Amino acid sequence: MNLPTAILSHIGGTLLLLVRTLKYLPTLPRQFPRFMEHCYLIGYTSLPIVTILSFFIGSVLALQSGYSMENFGAKQFIGTLVGLTMARELGPVMVAILITGRVGSAVTAELASMKVYQEIDALVTMNIPPERMLVLPRLAAVLVMMPVLAIIANLCGWYGGALVCQYTHFISVDSEAYFSALKLYMKPRDIVDGLIKAEFFGFVIMLVCCYIGLNTRGGPREIGASVTKAVVTSLILILVLDYFVTKALLFT
Amino acid sequence: MNSAFTASPFVGKTFGVTVSRLHKSFGRATVLTDINLDVKPGEIFCIMGPSGSGKSVLLKHIAGLETATSGEVRIGEFDAADPETRNKIHLALVFQAGALFSSLSVYDNLALYPREHRQGNEAGIRERVMHALSILSLEKAVHKFPSDLSGGMKKRVAIARALVMEPQLLLYDEPTSELDPVMSATLTEIIATLREQTAVTSIVVTHDRDLAFNIADRLAFVMDGRIRGLGLPADFKSPADPVIANFLNPVIDLKNPRFKQLENHHE
Ligand SMILES: Nc1ncnc2c1ncn2[C@@H]1O[C@H](COP(=O)(O)OP(=O)(O)OP(=O)(O)O)[C@@H](O)[C@H]1O
Ligand SMILES: [Mg+2]
Repeated sequence: MNLPTAILSHIGGTLLLLVRTLKYLPTLPRQFPRFMEHCYLIGYTSLPIVTILSFFIGSVLALQSGYSMENFGAKQFIGTLVGLTMARELGPVMVAILITGRVGSAVTAELASMKVYQEIDALVTMNIPPERMLVLPRLAAVLVMMPVLAIIANLCGWYGGALVCQYTHFISVDSEAYFSALKLYMKPRDIVDGLIKAEFFGFVIMLVCCYIGLNTRGGPREIGASVTKAVVTSLILILVLDYFVTKALLFT
Repeated sequence: MNSAFTASPFVGKTFGVTVSRLHKSFGRATVLTDINLDVKPGEIFCIMGPSGSGKSVLLKHIAGLETATSGEVRIGEFDAADPETRNKIHLALVFQAGALFSSLSVYDNLALYPREHRQGNEAGIRERVMHALSILSLEKAVHKFPSDLSGGMKKRVAIARALVMEPQLLLYDEPTSELDPVMSATLTEIIATLREQTAVTSIVVTHDRDLAFNIADRLAFVMDGRIRGLGLPADFKSPADPVIANFLNPVIDLKNPRFKQLENHHE
């Protein structure tokens, strides 16, 4: 199979997985414990790294913009810049990248090993569709947890920026001025757009990682290959789709 | 065994399996050639044959896990390869390697099927699970995880998991290959008793001559992906076919080992 056909068949396969999974949507309420377990794994266990990284991203953003904006006396707008950048762009993208590395890779590894060791075959003979038991609760959990993580990332990023602005000698914008600039030029729509993005990325990552895991063939070595493939594909998709989603959101 | 296995709504309905002109190749390698079998409802059918002859692949076709290159497999009137068939027929496959769910405890491995299919409350499920575990002397392993079990224990859990499903068609892939002689004898009794009580159709792939000759209604020999012999166990007590005779009773000759002959053969 040449590359374009391979890509098309994978897109088709992924969409088919989505359709098959959505068919089991009514079973979600009785899978509540499983759904909660994945919420815990996706959301709660990612909290430390999301807080730390977004705090430092906000800080560095304030530092860099403080350095360059000082030249043309626009220091009072640092809050606006950090606020908008975190909410519209860096918050969602960074959370998506973290989720790919922390959660997507683990999901692919787990499903791929279930496939390789015939656990998926066992489910199929037991008439328990893997889409229902393995994909649906994860997809639902990621959709619930992504906006939560993105909001936390925004808050940490904003406070990181505020701290840097107040305590860096060449910037020294106090946090009151910082936050009033942040509020002045930011509309609720900016935050909502960011959350929509996060939601979209999380959905794509989980679907792709499940698809690649479930379609692993061969022996244990293929598990590693699948994880690599899932992470690389997810990262590419995040950054490429980011452009198009941003464009779509800006012009609607 | 008591009534715990006759509670299933499917007991009594039983299905035969028809394999017609089945061919299977993986890429260029042909694994099965022109397989024709007719397993009757309620029958215990044993399949024997050398390692690598295609027995597991044949079983996977019956379970609907592989699609035939040509030919077809029917369970009752249903096509085994059609995913819808699984909503109509309840089959269980004991995998050669167990295929236990590694993230679930032994108990949850067994309870998964009745829970997912919402067969009764947790207390009822517990009774079924514990009953299956006790038949295979696994009570001590209830809370262990598959990674903490020995090979034979995994196999027993796999068998117990199939029993809990109360299937209408039971497929075993070398169920005794890792069991000790006593456990093998127990399994022989389980297969025979289950058929008596629930009329389940059983297809048993095995290398175990004792098992096969004790319980089989009929026997088939698969060699090189073809059916080499098919008949009643009595027909194979002293088989006419020298290849089957040698397979069932290989002569051990320490003076002239086989591998030396192989070497000569290649010269
Ligand atoms: N997925 C696959 N891809 C390619 N070849 C396969 C595949 N599965 C099985 N085979 C080949 O098919 C042949 C038959 O395999 P199978 O597992 O059915 O043997 P078997 O009769 O069950 O042997 P054993 O008694 O050792 O379990 C083997 O040569 C094997 O290499
Ligand atoms: Mg086999």
